[in-house]
Amino acid sequence: MFTNFTRVINFALQDFSRNKGISIAAIFVLVITIMLLTGLLFFHGVANYLTSQLQNRIDITAYFKDTATEQDILNVKDQLLKMSSDIKNIEYVSKDQALVAFNEKHGNSSVLSKALQEVGKNPLLPSLNISTSNGDPSQYESISNILQTSDFAKFVDHVSFLERKDTINKIYSITSSINRFGLIAGVILLLVAILVVFNTIKLAIENSKQEIETMRIVGASDWFIRGPFMIQGIIFGVLAFVVCFLLSLLFSYLVSSQISAVLPGFDAFNYFLTNWWIFVLIQLGFGVVVGVISSYVVVKRYLDV
Amino acid sequence: MIKFDKVTKIYPTRSGKNSGATVLQEVSFEIKEGEFVSIVGKSGAGKTTLTRLILGLEEPSAGSVYFKGKNMKDCDMQEIQRIRRSIGGIYQDYKLLPARSVYENVAYIMEVEGKGQREIKKEVPKVLELIGLKDKANNFPKELSGGEQQRLAIARALVNHPDIIIADEPTGNLDPYNTYEVVYLLKKINEAGATVILLTHDREIVNKLGKRVITIVDGKILRDEAAGKFLI
Repeated sequence: MFTNFTRVINFALQDFSRNKGISIAAIFVLVITIMLLTGLLFFHGVANYLTSQLQNRIDITAYFKDTATEQDILNVKDQLLKMSSDIKNIEYVSKDQALVAFNEKHGNSSVLSKALQEVGKNPLLPSLNISTSNGDPSQYESISNILQTSDFAKFVDHVSFLERKDTINKIYSITSSINRFGLIAGVILLLVAILVVFNTIKLAIENSKQEIETMRIVGASDWFIRGPFMIQGIIFGVLAFVVCFLLSLLFSYLVSSQISAVLPGFDAFNYFLTNWWIFVLIQLGFGVVVGVISSYVVVKRYLDV
Repeated sequence: MIKFDKVTKIYPTRSGKNSGATVLQEVSFEIKEGEFVSIVGKSGAGKTTLTRLILGLEEPSAGSVYFKGKNMKDCDMQEIQRIRRSIGGIYQDYKLLPARSVYENVAYIMEVEGKGQREIKKEVPKVLELIGLKDKANNFPKELSGGEQQRLAIARALVNHPDIIIADEPTGNLDPYNTYEVVYLLKKINEAGATVILLTHDREIVNKLGKRVITIVDGKILRDEAAGKFLI
């Protein structure tokens, strides 16, 4: 058993080194397809960054009546958090904080400052700023409904959902489109990559069709015939992974500053370093799994003839 | 040792229905241990199909093929592979492994058998010397002449000391000198105790041998004579 295993490995290494042209061509095709998938992974990072940036810009604000105490509002905040798991962030803004923010924003406007002085007291209402986990308009709508219809209604003056509804819908449809496009492009690219690799391995093994027939005639077992081809599939996959991993590292390092110039805050090199294991998993997994399965399927077809 | 019992082989058409070419029709014969049998017939008479049936590469459409008393239909893949390993095959197109050297081609057969490395290192050079290819052990098949390639095929067929040698048109691509050499080797192998089945359409070889001849015409056995001649 062990002797047979070492023989199968030796055959694979021998065939790999003797058919250098075919081996290099197969690895080259694998590198191209894996790099396409790696590009998709980078696109996924960019898309995630973009959608999170967009989603961070949308929230709704519940304004409370002047009669509501700070404790009432904080109770509402706690209960809301218990009632809805969709809430990502909820922030209490008191009357004074609202005034400070207002002054910071409109300090230069003499008309507004004068108007505030005319009123004589702080006219702004205390509020809760609420944002949800994925920016889905229906989540905002349900939170808005809870605030206006349950026990909270006696404290709540109004919720800013209706005036922001159009913006929320628009941003949500943009982020959904980006995600949908990424998913469809990913599936198509994956299928194309699998087909390309399968055909390359098929062409590489086609060369050995006569050899497989001879091996069958002399009574070699199926695994004795198939083993070397499958191990070659693993070798192709591992070598292609090494090349792709180094290329991705180099690429993300070199273009990081250019990408940051277009997308401030997105660091491609840092994205690669923090997600390196996903890159390893996809590059190595795709190369080896598709390489081995393709070899298995192609040789099986010749063995079944 | 090998028995064909009313074997019919029809190659189905592409649609898969059994209405294709009938290659063998109710062929029956038996080959005993130690015999030298020539199976003769024109090209396309069904000789190669006989080889493929013995090797379990094809299944009969009707009838049965027995190997050492066992119906091949009842054999699982492992048994069929064992049968193939016990047969030394020599073919017109040599069926060598082009990516392996002369030494490796012969060693492969022993490796398939699961023989140890020490035994392989001892046996392969012996067989190569016997067949006159010792000096070309590191060459690849494409670097050999037709006669040398056929000798390599014979070395490969002999290395595991098989009970049966099937030679399917072994001299088809050879000049008269190499043809004589191959036939001489087959006779020697038979004299050493192995059963030899020679499938050929070479009249001269068969007539010189003076051994049992089975004549096949259009997939049917026309004659089966103990010391026969090539008569079609």
